[in-house]
Amino acid sequence: MNAAVTSADAESMGSGYLVEGGRTLWSWLSTRDHKRIGILYAVAITTFFFMGGVAATLIRLNLIYPDGRMLSAETYNKTFTFHGVVMVWFFLIPSIPATLGNFLLPLMIGARDMAFPRLNLFSWYLYMVGGLFTVAALLLGGVDTGWTFYTPYSTMFSNSNVILVVVGVFVVGFSSILTGLNLIVTTHMMRAPGMHWYRLPLFVWAMYATSVVMMLATPVLAMTLSLIGLERLAGVGIFDPALGGDPILFQHFFWFYSHPAVYIMILPAMGVVSELICNGVHRKIFGYKFMAWSMLSIAFIGFLVWGHHMFVAGQSMYAGIVFSILSFVVAVPSAIKVFNWLTTLHKGTIDFHAPMIYALGFIGLFTLGGMTGLFLAAVALDVNLTDTYFVVAHFHYIMVGGSVMAYLGGIHYWWPKVTGRMYSETIARIAAVLMFVGFNLTFFPQYILGYEGMPRRYHQYLPQFQDLNILSSIGACVLAISYLMPLFYLGHSLFRGEAAGPNPWQATGLEWTTSSPPPEHNFHETPVVTHGPYEYCD
Amino acid sequence: MNASVPDAAVQQQFDDAPQQKDAAVLGMWAFIATEVLFFGVLFAAYVVCRFRFPLAFVAGSARLDFPMGTAETAILLTSGCLSAIALRQIQLDKARQSAVLLLVTALLGIAFLVLHGMEYHDEFKEGLIPGIRYLENGPGAHEMELFFSLYYVTTGFHSLHVLIGVVLLLIMAARTWRGTFGAHYHTPIEITGLYWSLVDIVWIFAYPAFYLVGGAG
Ligand SMILES: [Cu+2]
Repeated sequence: MNAAVTSADAESMGSGYLVEGGRTLWSWLSTRDHKRIGILYAVAITTFFFMGGVAATLIRLNLIYPDGRMLSAETYNKTFTFHGVVMVWFFLIPSIPATLGNFLLPLMIGARDMAFPRLNLFSWYLYMVGGLFTVAALLLGGVDTGWTFYTPYSTMFSNSNVILVVVGVFVVGFSSILTGLNLIVTTHMMRAPGMHWYRLPLFVWAMYATSVVMMLATPVLAMTLSLIGLERLAGVGIFDPALGGDPILFQHFFWFYSHPAVYIMILPAMGVVSELICNGVHRKIFGYKFMAWSMLSIAFIGFLVWGHHMFVAGQSMYAGIVFSILSFVVAVPSAIKVFNWLTTLHKGTIDFHAPMIYALGFIGLFTLGGMTGLFLAAVALDVNLTDTYFVVAHFHYIMVGGSVMAYLGGIHYWWPKVTGRMYSETIARIAAVLMFVGFNLTFFPQYILGYEGMPRRYHQYLPQFQDLNILSSIGACVLAISYLMPLFYLGHSLFRGEAAGPNPWQATGLEWTTSSPPPEHNFHETPVVTHGPYEYCD
Repeated sequence: MNASVPDAAVQQQFDDAPQQKDAAVLGMWAFIATEVLFFGVLFAAYVVCRFRFPLAFVAGSARLDFPMGTAETAILLTSGCLSAIALRQIQLDKARQSAVLLLVTALLGIAFLVLHGMEYHDEFKEGLIPGIRYLENGPGAHEMELFFSLYYVTTGFHSLHVLIGVVLLLIMAARTWRGTFGAHYHTPIEITGLYWSLVDIVWIFAYPAFYLVGGAG
């Protein structure tokens, strides 16, 4: 850029990495810059989020009436399958790691880029190809297996486009494996001088733990889905009881991935929230090492608990007991984190800006979701609650109440860094509060419905459940509005927002020492780190 | 990207060549960890199915071409050894020898694929391929079909990895011949060699699991 650029020009064009790599569409689609790739991901996953959201809206509309008059059973099955597949693999899994993680991790450790920039871009293209397959399956008539693809239904009976979706998820799985690989190698190799492991922000620890899970769990899903595809195509019968194969074996493989996948969704959220809390109360995190190691132990223990999804699938009683105990164990490091966040806040002066409202909302909703997870981890209770709306409410509290709240909190917190602009604080606070209210209104009634015995995955229900279902659908409307609001005020801030300056939150951390938006290679001089991550004057 | 000679291959995000090399090697090890879990699913399924139907697995294994499988094993292990020597030669700055060794490694990989293709062809003639041409019937035929399912999926995915490895080795051989690499810079050869070892190791587990359980019967 030449020095004669006027400030008015700079305002209309952005600055830093937003213009330095070129302004054409192609310069974005061929970029190696981790910041631009993070934005490519953000655009893509936002699109998928609203596609999955449309499916959710259809589900909630259908459930206003007990007779399922809007969607036929078959269409309903396809709708919740699409909702699940899109929200899990095309939104939640890549949400924080591929957007905020991509954008922030090199900045936070003082690196110029990721270790493998080309691989990073390749991961995004894999994501898009996987997305195309999944959308194609929808356009060709959808899939009705549920996001879990349980055999033998998915292999022998379903007449829908299972193979297309399985290929889509297989491909997007490799996108997440390669993102994890990149984040791990970057954290190991690219840290700035003086940035040793216990000086890393907790967000980086969270990304590291998440990446380990991505790399070790996702290949299991990939091979398992390949076997489903091969069984449909070529009659390979590993899950086929007619050949002596075992449908339960599929469940073991699937949950060996899909339970750890829950931690792929929640660990990054924990990392984001740790940053937001420290900044919102302007204090050092309480128990830094406990926070870091609790994330790694969650990642590790998370591999040993998959059987809690199979208490009623015919596994032995002893296996059930062991998986139950291990599931209780994994709650310990999670509880450590909640207590440490609360202790960090204790007697502090809390600044209730929008990111902090999201973070506090996260703590409340995650705690409730985690506690009800313990109900489900107890075999005796789970036998009654399994396959009811109680389970639906539980995992939405973790994934939507937890992960999505943290994701949006992070988007708001780092928005000034990403775009160089401030958003309207008042509207952002209203949206955050509305989201908390709308979320509880949608999903708390589902706990009660499940407790009263309403099963999940049916388009009809008994008339006595109607009141709570209506309440839940009203909540979903509120929630939908609160999700649409940021599109408008964040979008508006791109053009009209005040310039943010390098550090609008008076935050610590290397990402705030460079300009907003950062230059193409992040820092004009490689930073030298001399202290820990949260040196707020307490 | 356009710095002078020793740094020519150092990309902008790295400080120096050793950092870039360590990153590449760590990346390949991490990828290998992923691959172990990828194939691990098949070996786990193998254990479950064989535990359930030990006799069908013995019967199925006896139908495989044991001498051919053994020859393939010898070929693949030899090629693994040669790729290690190729790395040693380039470390000693002997680019021409290294290039030839890499080429021979790739040719052995192709030989492996050809022999395995011949095996598949014979099995097709005998009607042992589930879903495509499976002519066995009578008691135990279904359970044996399970054995062959696992055999084809495992060796099929393995052969795909061999094919990718052959392509990588041919590229490395050509680049080494043209003098791209030397004692100062040979990271791509090193990580290709690492990948080729993964291909070897998967086979070292697959060979006894499929070919050696039917011998005594
Ligand atoms: Cu679980």
